[in-house]
This record gives sequence, C-alpha cells and structure tokens, in this order.
Amino acid sequence: MRMLINVPETVVADALRGLAAAHPELTVDVDRRVIVRRDAPVAGKAALVSGGGSGHEPLHGGFVGPGMLSAACPGEVFTSPVPDQMVRAAAAVDSGAGVLFVVKNYTGDVLNFDMAAELAEDEGIQVAKVLVDDDVAVTDSLYTAGRRGTGATLFVEKIAGAAAEEGQPLERVESVARQVNAGSRSFGVALGACTTPAKGSPTFDLPPGELELGIGIHGEPGRERRPMMTSAEIADFSVHTILEDMSPRNPVLLLVNGMGATPLLELYGFSAEVQRVLTERGVAVARVLVGNYVTSLDMAGASVTLCQVDEELLRLWDAPVRTPALRWGM
Amino acid sequence: MLDADFFRRWMTATAVSVDREAERLTALDSPIGDADHGSNLQRGFTAVAAALEKEDPNTPGAVLLLAARQLISTVGGASGPLYGTLLRRTGKSLGDAAEVGEAELAAALRSGVDAVMALGGASPGDKTMIDALVPAVDALADGFGAARAAAEQGALATTPMQARKGRASYLGERSIGHQDPGATSSALLIAALAEAGSEAAGE
Repeated sequence: MRMLINVPETVVADALRGLAAAHPELTVDVDRRVIVRRDAPVAGKAALVSGGGSGHEPLHGGFVGPGMLSAACPGEVFTSPVPDQMVRAAAAVDSGAGVLFVVKNYTGDVLNFDMAAELAEDEGIQVAKVLVDDDVAVTDSLYTAGRRGTGATLFVEKIAGAAAEEGQPLERVESVARQVNAGSRSFGVALGACTTPAKGSPTFDLPPGELELGIGIHGEPGRERRPMMTSAEIADFSVHTILEDMSPRNPVLLLVNGMGATPLLELYGFSAEVQRVLTERGVAVARVLVGNYVTSLDMAGASVTLCQVDEELLRLWDAPVRTPALRWGM
Repeated sequence: MLDADFFRRWMTATAVSVDREAERLTALDSPIGDADHGSNLQRGFTAVAAALEKEDPNTPGAVLLLAARQLISTVGGASGPLYGTLLRRTGKSLGDAAEVGEAELAAALRSGVDAVMALGGASPGDKTMIDALVPAVDALADGFGAARAAAEQGALATTPMQARKGRASYLGERSIGHQDPGATSSALLIAALAEAGSEAAGE
C-alpha cells in the first residue's frame, strides 16, 4: 500500500506540524501532542477537551476553536492518548470555570480519560465527563464494551462547545452534551478496509462485490457482510436500523459522514437517498452536514448520524463556530 | 529471594520479547482489533527499558512502579492503563522490601491481576489478557515454568472464545476463531518472568 508519508513512526507528529503551520489560530505542541485554541484560557468560560486516537481527522484537532473544542489530544493512530496529554490540555484551557472531557466510548479512551480526570482534579481543576456512545451497530451492550462513539461526537462537541462559548456554566454544558448524545444514533458501512501506517496492509479483507454493515471507526470489520448494495439500499438499511433504536420527535440534524476514501460525489448521492428514506418515514431534517468529519483513515464507506434537537439545541448548532474543519457565522 | 535486579531482568526480557513479537501481536490484533497492539506495547516497553537504565530503582517494588508509570504515559489505548495498573498494583503490594520471596511475588501479582479485572471489568472467558494472567497466577505456586506454560495455554484457549470486552467484542460471533492479542502479550510477560527466573537459577 502506497502512502503519502515519510515513515510510520512520525505520521502523527508530521500531521501536527502541518496543522500548526496551516492554522496559526491554534497553539500546537507537537512533542507533547496537545492542540489548543490560541486565546485559551478564555476568562469565565467552561472549556471542552476531547481527544482520541489519530486517523479520524478532522476529529478532534480540526474541531478546536471558538464555538467548539478548547483543546484536543491526538493519540497514536487508532490509539487513545495518554493521561499526561489530557491533564496538560485541561491545565492549558481551564479558566477556573472547569473543563468538560468529551470521551468516545472505547475502553482505552475511557480508562485514560478517567485517570486524567483524577490527576486534573488533584491539580484543582474541576472536571466533568460525557461519554459518547451513539453507534447502533453494537446491539448487545451487556456483552460488549458498549456502544461506540462515532458521528455523534461532532454534534456533542459543536453544540456543547456553543453552550460553553456563550458562558453557560460547566454543569449546564455537561447536561447539554449528555442531551445531545442521548438523542443521537449512528450506523456505518464499509466498502473497503483501511490501512494503518504501522501495518501497511488492509485491516481486513473484503472480497470484491461485498460490503460490511455496522462498522466502527477503527478499521474493525462490521457485524455482518453482505453482497454489495446500491446507495438507495444502503440508505434504506442504515436509516431503518437507526429508527429501530430511536423514535425521533421532529426535527433532527443529519450527518452523512464519509469514512475517508469515499468521494463527495458518492456521499452527496447517498445523502439524497438518506433524506428520501427519512421523508418516507416522516422524519423532518432541520440541518444536513455532508462530508468527511469522523473518518477511519482511508476506509471507503459512510455513516449516518441522526441527532434529535429542540429549539435550544438547534440554536446552539447554528451558533457561530470557527475551527479548521467546521466554520460558520464568524 | 528475588531482588531488584531480578525484576529489572523481568522487564528487560519483556521488552526484548515484545520487540521480537511485535509484528505477530499486531497481526493478531488485525482481524479482531485495530492492528496496533504490537507497536503500542513496543513503544511502552522500550520506554520502560530506557527508564530502568536511567533511573536505576533499587527495590522490586520501585522497578515495577517505574515500569508502570512509563506504560501509562507512553502506550495509550486500553493496554497502557491495563498493563500499567497490573505492574503498579503488583509493585505496590511488594512494598519497599529489598528482596521478596516467590510466594510474595505470587500474591502481589494476584492483587495486580485483580486490579486489572476491576479496572477493565473483564472476567475469565471474556477473551482478554485475563485469560492468560489468571491461569498463570494460579500456577505460580508450582514455579515460573508452570506459570509460563499456563499463560501460553490460556492465550491459546482464547481462540474459540467470543469476545465480551474490548474492541473485539464489537464483532460478536465473528471474534470466534482468533487468538486474543492481549492474552498473547500477557503470555509474553509471564514467559519473560520465567526467563528472568531461569537466569536467577543459573547464577
């Protein structure tokens, strides 16, 4: 597999150097692996810190900036960052109003953020945590590590980030984040595996003419393999699977997310099919976001996320945001 | 009796074998995980070996606490906190003694394994590192060689299991038929213990 890299060992650091050069509005500590909005700490405001394995770009570093994350900690590819990074990030952004950790529900992320929360509290930083677990493909949460955090992470970080930017207190920012996660569901499919730089070959073999249903964002195969389906059929399957698990009151936010290697031409076509199914099912969509936001390296495929909103959450979604990957209104 | 030097040899022998087996661990992690277990542990134990060289801790407990700190701050993922907790709790149980007996080590290691189970929530049979560590600790009363064999058996026995913890659990029944990478690396850790033990016996 050919990759646009120097050596596997430096991919994360190389990308951080590039991010720093392209975005002077961020402070990027390449060695310690912390990305912070340059004006942090912002006086009187609660801060949001997230992080996770690299390979999901623009998540999370691309979501740092006014109106969204205060800081992000990138780990190695598909590997949770370590507690030191999270504590450093929390210390850099805490204005005294406290820090919300946004944690995707993976064993590694949960364990490391738990350790970091204890250490940060020892340093006098008030820490709250929200766990993102929106992936309906994980049906048996009793005998698994629980539902994975995927596309809803973007909604949690944007909407809770807007609440923090408005100066809402940490407890309120945390409850907004919980509300967004509780009202969000995702389902993803893969048309091709991804290749991690360390391994250099695809994480699983997908024979031509087949697809994986119910994938996560770490190159793991899905729950089920089927003969290739059309965009319309995949949309039917994905939306129906999600709606088996939620009965949204209108309206919802819709994220049609590319996994990294699927062209926008295909994603927009898929998005049209997703909206067709939602219309058929009587679900009103207030806002649509189409693009590569929560990716899995060069995996081909897409995920659908629905997020239940009320007037307040929709207002916060529409609020100004200025980050490398998401910006409007400012 | 086992002194600080024995524990240093245990850790450096682990670093050597993790280095040697890194590709195999990553390959095992590919079908049911995310293909990085080998490289992550390699980074961690390389840091452990370097720190032991530099700081030269002088009690068994101090060696393990230093190793644990390195793993927690360099590995990431679930393996960092889990292996870190294993060694930290084991090291804490050994206290400040300059030398410890094999029975003390067995008891300390059991408390370490208990801490890993508490942290990660896994039980025997969930297809995790616990499936190598619990049999190893059970067998430790019969010597390091028995523990090594039990850990290797335990790792092999994860193949037919369905994963109920960690990333492999998302695959449901599709996790069956693959040996668990965490149990495999745990067997390397116990094999390194046996290696350090046989060197001690040969001295």
